[in-house]
Amino acid sequence: MILDLQHIFKDYNQDKLLVPVLKDVNLQVEEGEYVAIMGPSGSGKTTLMNIIGCLDRPTSGEFKLAGTDILALKDKELSNVRLNSIGFVFQSFHLMPRESALENVSLPLSYAGVKKKERKERALKALTRVGLEERATFMPTQLSGGQKQRVAIARAMVNNPKILLADEPTGALDSKSGAQIMELFQKLNDEGVTIVMITHDSKIASHAKRVYNIIDGEISQADEKEEKNEEKD
Amino acid sequence: MLENIRLSFKGIWSHKMRSFLTMLGIIIGIAAIIAIVSTIKGTNEQIKENLIGAGDNTVEISLYQGDWTYEMGYEGIPTGVPVINSQVLDEIKDIENVVGASLYLSRQEFEVYHLNTSISGGYVLGVDNSYFDTCNYIIKRGRGFCEKDFSEYRKVALLDKDSAEALFQGEDPLGKTIEIKRQPYVVVGIVAKAKEFEPTINSIDDYYTYSQDASGKIYVPDCTWPVIYQYDEPQNVVIEVESTDDMTNAGKKTADILNGYLSTTDETLKYKAEDLLKQAQDIQELSKSTNSMLIWIAGISLIVGGIGVMNIMLVSVTERTQEIGLKKAIGAKKSNILGQFLTEAAVLTSMGGIMGVIVGIILAEVISRLSEMPVAISIPAAIAAVVFSMAIGIIFGVFPSYKAAALDPIEALRHE
Ligand SMILES: Nc1ncnc2c1ncn2[C@@H]1O[C@H](COP(=O)(O)OP(=O)(O)OP(=O)(O)O)[C@@H](O)[C@H]1O
Ligand SMILES: [Mg+2]
Repeated sequence: MILDLQHIFKDYNQDKLLVPVLKDVNLQVEEGEYVAIMGPSGSGKTTLMNIIGCLDRPTSGEFKLAGTDILALKDKELSNVRLNSIGFVFQSFHLMPRESALENVSLPLSYAGVKKKERKERALKALTRVGLEERATFMPTQLSGGQKQRVAIARAMVNNPKILLADEPTGALDSKSGAQIMELFQKLNDEGVTIVMITHDSKIASHAKRVYNIIDGEISQADEKEEKNEEKD
Repeated sequence: MLENIRLSFKGIWSHKMRSFLTMLGIIIGIAAIIAIVSTIKGTNEQIKENLIGAGDNTVEISLYQGDWTYEMGYEGIPTGVPVINSQVLDEIKDIENVVGASLYLSRQEFEVYHLNTSISGGYVLGVDNSYFDTCNYIIKRGRGFCEKDFSEYRKVALLDKDSAEALFQGEDPLGKTIEIKRQPYVVVGIVAKAKEFEPTINSIDDYYTYSQDASGKIYVPDCTWPVIYQYDEPQNVVIEVESTDDMTNAGKKTADILNGYLSTTDETLKYKAEDLLKQAQDIQELSKSTNSMLIWIAGISLIVGGIGVMNIMLVSVTERTQEIGLKKAIGAKKSNILGQFLTEAAVLTSMGGIMGVIVGIILAEVISRLSEMPVAISIPAAIAAVVFSMAIGIIFGVFPSYKAAALDPIEALRHE
């Protein structure tokens, strides 16, 4: 089991008022799985994603990632988990605006202490994986939204993490670019990457093998979606 | 590290105007310091050169009473001050690094006339035949002293350029008669230092420092001295040494030898070497202290510049909150973020420092052209200035960089 979340609670303190955002969330994901989490705005999806991505700590609960007790780790060790085991993709791409596609992709490698020449090779390989090798020298302003997201995916995958976390990866894209991203996710999943994806869009969610609904901080599996998927396959 | 430097240049370049304005404080501060230091160094080198006379390497040792050279009154030579004989002179010549030594008599004299023109504050020197050799003087015009001048007690005189000018004002002095204390002397030649040297006068202070040298000298054979003055006056010694650096030491040793022969009860009577090196250093100290004030002011401008850098770095951290959050999300450690911002601050101020050095050198050259003050560019000072401005960047960059490194990645990613 690569992700194991048990009884996760998350409260925010707002003006001395305790606001519960996640209420007893349990989520288990096996290696190589493709999971989608759906829910209305403000239901706590991003909050959950940040906890899974080791950016945030729950108020209480247990969280193991590939067997490691994440909540016991120090700041620096969490950075290493994010660097080596997790790839992040965001709705708004978050590319460095003054860096080329290649430089954006090699950024995590420089944090991993990879030498310059190898950085370039590996970044180019990651760009090839998302089908953008001939756009390597392009600046983000010269790329379309879909291409930017693919650069972001290449950056997330460049350190070969086991898990890819995506928070509304198609939220800022038209349906055609969105479909391309979904194709890419499918390809990565086929190669063995575990994917956890957040989305509003049930059509997008239908690409996943398993779909969860999160409503008001409570998570539940969407059985009907699973059935639909099985019908499709 | 290299990656951080590359990113820093990119960041600075993308905000050219802002970066330049931020650097301006550092540029002004460093430029001011470089200009001041260059001027101090130039002035110091000039003072040393002026006082030491551009390397003729001679030291004069005279009898002092307290802080002043012994003034002859009517009572004659003080008891216990023996005549310096040739044996003592040989002893002096044997001192290490001493090339030659000569005896001479000297008095400041106001009663020197050519017709009705007098010389004010000139010196009359009674010299032996080796004097001009020891002091590296050459005969510019006419002739020098010869054996017969001494053996026949001829009343002949040699002038230097200053006394010739003061007494004759352009007229040809050769063969003319001058009166020293009513005694007629015939001018037979003009002498000058072998290495022609003119002290550079920049200020009224300089003028007073060097004016004593410029008042003119009149040389007569020492055997004719009693005709003008009297027998048995305290003698002075001039020595020639191998190099400028030997002057202080050899001068001191000579004075020690001469003092060894003194048997006077007056404790204040002592032979002393005219220590030009020390004099030069004293004047340099003086100019240093007046300029240290300016250095302080420049230093304050550097601190103000540093605060400007801190301010702009804080703005930059706020602007780049999302970028910081993203970097943390993809695995950057606190130290990575800290390093990136510190490097950026250091690169910014180092660039300011380099520009400041360039502006400072230009400024120093302009000052030297306008005020005719000498400047000497000091390479170590330039390097120190750049290193110092880098340090300012690091010091004032610590707070903003630490703030960036400590940002909560979730808050940072949410930041619009
Ligand atoms: N730092 C915070 N302080 C207080 N409340 C917060 C904070 N961050 C999030 N919340 C609250 O937690 C709830 C869940 O937020 P979250 O961002 O997880 O929602 P979401 O499901 O991702 O919504 P969306 O689909 O709009 O992105 C919201 O009600 C939000 O106001
Ligand atoms: Mg969200």
